[in-house]
Amino acid sequence: MRASDLLATTPAGLYCALGDFHIDPTRAVARALITHAHSDHARRGHGKVLATAETLGLMALRHGADHAGATQALAYGETLDLGGVQISFHPAGHVLGSAQIRLEKDGFILVVSGDYKRERDPTCPAFEPIRCHTFITEATFGLPVFHHRNSMGEIERLLASLHLFPERPHLLGAYALGKAQRCLALLREAGHAAPIFLHGAVEKLTSFYEQTGLDFGRIEKLDPARRKETKGAIILCPPSALGDPWARKFDDPVLSFASGWMRIRAFARQRGVELPLVISDHADWDGLLTTISETGCEQVLVTHGEAEALVHWARGRGLSAEPLHLLGYGDEEKEDSTSEPSGDGSA
Amino acid sequence: MKDFTLLLDRLSYEHGRNAKLRILCDFFAHVPDPERGYALAALTGALQFKQAKPGLLRALIATRVDPVLFDLSYDFVGDLSETIALLWPAPPSDTRPGSNHPPLLLSEVIHGLSGGKLDLPGRIAAWLDALDETGRWALLKLVTGALRIGVSARLAKTALADYGGRQVDEIETVWHGLAPPYLDLFAWLEGREGRPDAKDPAPFHPAMLAHAIEGQDFTVLKPEDFRAEWKWDGIRIQVVIGQDDHGARVTRLYTRTGEEIAHTFPDLCAALDLIPCDRFALDGELLILRAGRVQPFSVLQQRLNRKVVSAKLLIDFPAHIRAYDLLSEAGEDLRPLPFQERRTRLETFVSKAQSDRLDLSPEIPFTTFEDLAAARANPASHGAGEDAEAIEGVMLKQEQSIYVPGRPKGLWYKWKRDPFTIDAVLMYAQRGHGKRSSLYSDYTFGVWRGDPQAREGEAQLVPVGKAYFGFTDEELRQLDHYVRAHTVNRYGPVRVIDHGRDEEGAVKGLVLEIAFEGLNRSSRHKSGLAMRFPRISRIRWDKPAAEADRIEALEGLLRGKVG
Repeated sequence: MRASDLLATTPAGLYCALGDFHIDPTRAVARALITHAHSDHARRGHGKVLATAETLGLMALRHGADHAGATQALAYGETLDLGGVQISFHPAGHVLGSAQIRLEKDGFILVVSGDYKRERDPTCPAFEPIRCHTFITEATFGLPVFHHRNSMGEIERLLASLHLFPERPHLLGAYALGKAQRCLALLREAGHAAPIFLHGAVEKLTSFYEQTGLDFGRIEKLDPARRKETKGAIILCPPSALGDPWARKFDDPVLSFASGWMRIRAFARQRGVELPLVISDHADWDGLLTTISETGCEQVLVTHGEAEALVHWARGRGLSAEPLHLLGYGDEEKEDSTSEPSGDGSA
Repeated sequence: MKDFTLLLDRLSYEHGRNAKLRILCDFFAHVPDPERGYALAALTGALQFKQAKPGLLRALIATRVDPVLFDLSYDFVGDLSETIALLWPAPPSDTRPGSNHPPLLLSEVIHGLSGGKLDLPGRIAAWLDALDETGRWALLKLVTGALRIGVSARLAKTALADYGGRQVDEIETVWHGLAPPYLDLFAWLEGREGRPDAKDPAPFHPAMLAHAIEGQDFTVLKPEDFRAEWKWDGIRIQVVIGQDDHGARVTRLYTRTGEEIAHTFPDLCAALDLIPCDRFALDGELLILRAGRVQPFSVLQQRLNRKVVSAKLLIDFPAHIRAYDLLSEAGEDLRPLPFQERRTRLETFVSKAQSDRLDLSPEIPFTTFEDLAAARANPASHGAGEDAEAIEGVMLKQEQSIYVPGRPKGLWYKWKRDPFTIDAVLMYAQRGHGKRSSLYSDYTFGVWRGDPQAREGEAQLVPVGKAYFGFTDEELRQLDHYVRAHTVNRYGPVRVIDHGRDEEGAVKGLVLEIAFEGLNRSSRHKSGLAMRFPRISRIRWDKPAAEADRIEALEGLLRGKVG
């Protein structure tokens, strides 16, 4: 048994012929296993969808309840047999409901990581390394220049700026699914108790997180008529809103953006961001290397991102390594490439 | 190093000029000597470390990081200092200097960089080990001398002036006699000591500038009070010759803002050194003359800002000074004299100098402003002859005016020739910076190649320039709205604005009237043309895109020797 007996790359993405299913297909297919609810991995229109209950809930919220012909939820650690392949989902630590997918056949184990991170995130269970023969990993930040700082330290920088400029509204651009809620939770952990305002595009997803039992303290939908009350407050918005006419209506705002890309100065400057926060939901370079080592795998396949450097490193360690060059996975942290439900643009 | 690092980091993310000035003032106020002075030296480009070349840094990083991973990373990040700062591995914690180790000082680094070449890589590596990521970035920016954080020497001096409650010209006057870490300068700005001596034997004299003349000025001003001369399209230059303590001749060339550029004009300096007067200062225009004819600005531009001045450059681009004012002569300060007296002195001076690199900017005889308007409209037939294409208007100088630094009212006027205009079609838009970062305020526009009226033609738009001002705030709002509503494609930060054809074959698009000062040939642009100072003079909501100008109109201007 080899990886290529279990999974093949097709125009729609990774496909398992034995079990007749795709993983995170980039176009509508008969049967799809979904790692997490970001729109480039979780598209609408599949016949059947298998995912965690949280991922299914988020997909229904974003694409409508009729996004698939039928859905089935699989809890972390539960096993399902599809055409003789044992399937199970395991926490990936990326966003709420995100999972790695483990496939086993005749003692051969393959893991598809989906998107993942190793840093603690109060809004989702932590990544669990799984021993396997072949590890199929993402590499969004697959260059040694990417070293994410401690996210709490970054949140403290935001609070320090708030202290320095108590008159200025602080617009924090954060991807609407996952990053925004993680920032909320971290801000509360850091002791920031003041109300936090939400842009319309962040609100619906945040309520979903709250329904799963997370408490974000006092959060308020931004009321355009009461914009003056946002002086010295944090306003969470999708990153694209930082460049919209929406952002211009605030009085002398501080523009902040939480993303792994903020590590590169040119990215921050291009967006006119004054306060770049390096907070990422993806593994950084060290996180990728640690994870590959912990899986004990013999083979590394890289789905998307900066594959070249990671493949070079893995080969140097005596592992078999290949880039898969899968197309169609955007990168939610850059955001211009994916479109979020815009919500109430005037909010 | 910590304060300096914080300063560079904050400045690099700041777009607003006023905010930058505030950050700098705050830095000068809170950071002690000599650290602040060395930081000032770094910002004004007063430090140069000849030994520390990018190659040395590449060799250093190669000892710590896999070269393949370095290349991939450098390719991605695009900035050598930043790549190395991000990649440099933190040393094992037990070999790191403990917390009782005194923090690294900027002054230590600067002294270390000026030291011997032999163990320089070792010293730089030790600093990189001791610093955090942002500190490493700041160190490497300092070492390579390419700060690129959007702070010019002039801005740093403006901040100094703000800090000390002085005029920036006062700073310029004393600047060239000072050296890092500028203890005497800060002592003066803080009122602890007097103004530092302008020890400089050939100091900069802050320049006198002209106002743009406006319609109503002609009703108030009397033509008989004024003298007129051509406004040359070169760069303002101030020649200052002096003698140092040992009696050696000092030759300086200053730009309008006091930047010293003599080292890039050895040909000119050699010629000036032959002038038999050992102390003088004169004001004029730096031009390129070939066979006695003044070349357009685009030719001069190829000579400016060159790091290496080759022998070929000296031959192909002979520099020349066209003088229009004499500020001092043989130790006598002429600036308190009326303009007409200074002019007489200048005429005598230039004729005695007998230099083939120095001549006099001729005066334009006139009685009424109408006479002058005629000369301005057609310089070639009013005495400028073949040099007419290097003229960008006329200057009016009040004959009783003394030489006053800055831009005093009512004394000197510039009367530029009318701009050229064309109608072009909006093709691409990009966001602006700072306050304008949420607005699409940078516009690329094009004109037609081929006939757009022909339905089946091959007509296409050729980009000819980019403009980001000229409009009112209200017009900017309208343009931004138009851009957002008519975007058909995006390439990174660039939006493509619809300029295709509709179902019936008619051309779509927004016409902008573009005003510009001149036109040059350019091999860098697709159209083969480069505009000088283009701006949007009107938005032609009414004009169909097919009726915008064609490239032939611009090429015609070029053939007409405009620019």
